[in-house]
Amino acid sequence: MPATIIINRRSDFIYDIILQPLMLRRSKLCYNMLMVKPPVDEVQLIEYHATSIRRQIIQMLALAGSGHPASSLGLVEVLACLYFNVLRYNPADPNDDQRDLLVMSNGHACPVLYATLAEAGLIDPLELRHLRQYGSRLQGHPERTRLPWLETTSGPLGEGLSQAAGMAYSLRHLDSPNDRRVYCIVSDGELDEGNIWEAVMFAGKYHLANLVTIVDCNDIQLSGRVDQIMPLGDLAQRWRAAGWRVSQVTDGNDATELLTALGNVQGSRRVSKPLALLTHTCPGKGVSFMEHDYHWHGRPLSEAEAGRALAELGVR
Amino acid sequence: MRLANDFTQGNPVRQSLRHGFGQSLLELARQDERIVALSADLAGSVGLGDFVQEMRHRYIEVGVAEQNLVTVASGLAHMGKIPFAASYASFSPGRNWEQIRTSICLNNQPVRLIGSHAGLNVGADGASHQMLEDIALMRVLPGMVVLAPGDSIEAAQFTRLMAQDSHPSYMRLPRVDLPVYNDPANEYQIGRAYVLRQDDQPVVSVVTTGSMTGNVLLAAQTLSQKGIASEVVHVPTIKPLDQATILGSIGRTKVVVTVEEHQVSGGLGSAIAELVLESDIRPTKFYRIGVNDRFGQSGTATNLWRHYQLDAGGIVEQILALLDN
Repeated sequence: MPATIIINRRSDFIYDIILQPLMLRRSKLCYNMLMVKPPVDEVQLIEYHATSIRRQIIQMLALAGSGHPASSLGLVEVLACLYFNVLRYNPADPNDDQRDLLVMSNGHACPVLYATLAEAGLIDPLELRHLRQYGSRLQGHPERTRLPWLETTSGPLGEGLSQAAGMAYSLRHLDSPNDRRVYCIVSDGELDEGNIWEAVMFAGKYHLANLVTIVDCNDIQLSGRVDQIMPLGDLAQRWRAAGWRVSQVTDGNDATELLTALGNVQGSRRVSKPLALLTHTCPGKGVSFMEHDYHWHGRPLSEAEAGRALAELGVR
Repeated sequence: MRLANDFTQGNPVRQSLRHGFGQSLLELARQDERIVALSADLAGSVGLGDFVQEMRHRYIEVGVAEQNLVTVASGLAHMGKIPFAASYASFSPGRNWEQIRTSICLNNQPVRLIGSHAGLNVGADGASHQMLEDIALMRVLPGMVVLAPGDSIEAAQFTRLMAQDSHPSYMRLPRVDLPVYNDPANEYQIGRAYVLRQDDQPVVSVVTTGSMTGNVLLAAQTLSQKGIASEVVHVPTIKPLDQATILGSIGRTKVVVTVEEHQVSGGLGSAIAELVLESDIRPTKFYRIGVNDRFGQSGTATNLWRHYQLDAGGIVEQILALLDN
């Protein structure tokens, strides 16, 4: 039996009866407008869920016997912030036509996405045990046609940002006025792909201010450190040159900083540039022997390693 | 299907298939606001000039970036739009096959792909721009519909049919203007093949597609004058194949010749060979006309069709040689 108990979120009456039915974001702003205090501190809420997601990632990867632990663990706070604070979605309908869209371009990090979907109550936590197994909806790399909560199918790197840009173009230039947003996660190693820069120029040209790209700067990729495999130069300058706003998130595992950065997206209807958040995360975060080590990009955990990792995450 | 009178009388009208596509798409877009067009710096060259002028925001210019072309189109399809992504076939699907495989086919987004300038008929630009492998690339992709219209009337009709169809689809178009052999009243469907000519007691089935259908119809006239009766089976949908029509013809003649402006490997000829081998029909002869493991080169379309024996004369020569053996 997994040692963790899944609690989807702390009880939040206001969210359940007002915010969620109205498809409003679970942000401090929304609570302030209703003149009520958020039920728990936002940061504490994210950290609470992050720990739970991390444990699930270790357990599901150990059971699967393959998969990508480093970036999955590094992105936990990002996904937790998105699903427990930022994204607008309707838990009853993955195709709700007012939802925000999240495109995970670095599909290999899908364990963190699956675990977060379970943490948010969108899929059954028991399903996480079937990661990468025959007949599972949780494919080794995510497939939209098998799991309706996904906005795309990804894995081969470099293709997600273009699709996110196509979605953002549709919302901004073709559809009736709306405040829906498209979030895209790309990894730093993925920036080697030419397709990414085609999309970066496209989003700048068409002023896709409703598009937010979270660049997971974890400094590793499959076979080495990013600066060894292919140095990326001054990333902020590269994105700015193509017409983007750029913000640095110096610690992408710090919920406070992440929430501030993602909160600054607000008001984007008045600006005409897409936003890139260069988010510096720690690959393997939370497990001392994995942190910052590129060998854990795609290495499975043995039972003993999983036990050590879970112990570090407070599971006995 | 009726052939146009002026085609059978020997003085056909020549029209651009790209123009047929572009005008048809513009008409559709006026009626359905979900229609959007994308191109990679080739809007005018693929027949979208008028669309660009009239449809602000619904023509999307991605620059010379074919990988982005089809992936942005996938995102648009996800939002309920009906995207047509058009470029030269050499670049799309030549450059961006993996994006088409993952972001369109595996992701099951009904993006409509147009590959213009397919075949040797591109002419002066030379081998790099003469796409001869696109049918092979596209027909192996799960769920992909592969179309090759033979004149401007078909190009216009298949554009509408692609918009109505819910699958990812690919339509290859030639650069040159081609004789219009279709009577305007003809109505085509996706997934069907058509016997466009049937002589009495035919001894050979000539199965063809796209830019070669006009040449094959002319070749069949010549063969008939030489006393060789044939059936011309036009296959504008290479995938899914209309098995009944194609096998019906081959069952009658037992001699098969396939003709395409494409490598003989992996294209229509290969698809027909696979179909026949898995059927109960045992043809006595089977021969594929096309480009055989070679590249094209610069020249006029006429030069090149002659050189590679793909004009009506060359097709006649090859069929006569086969039947003499």
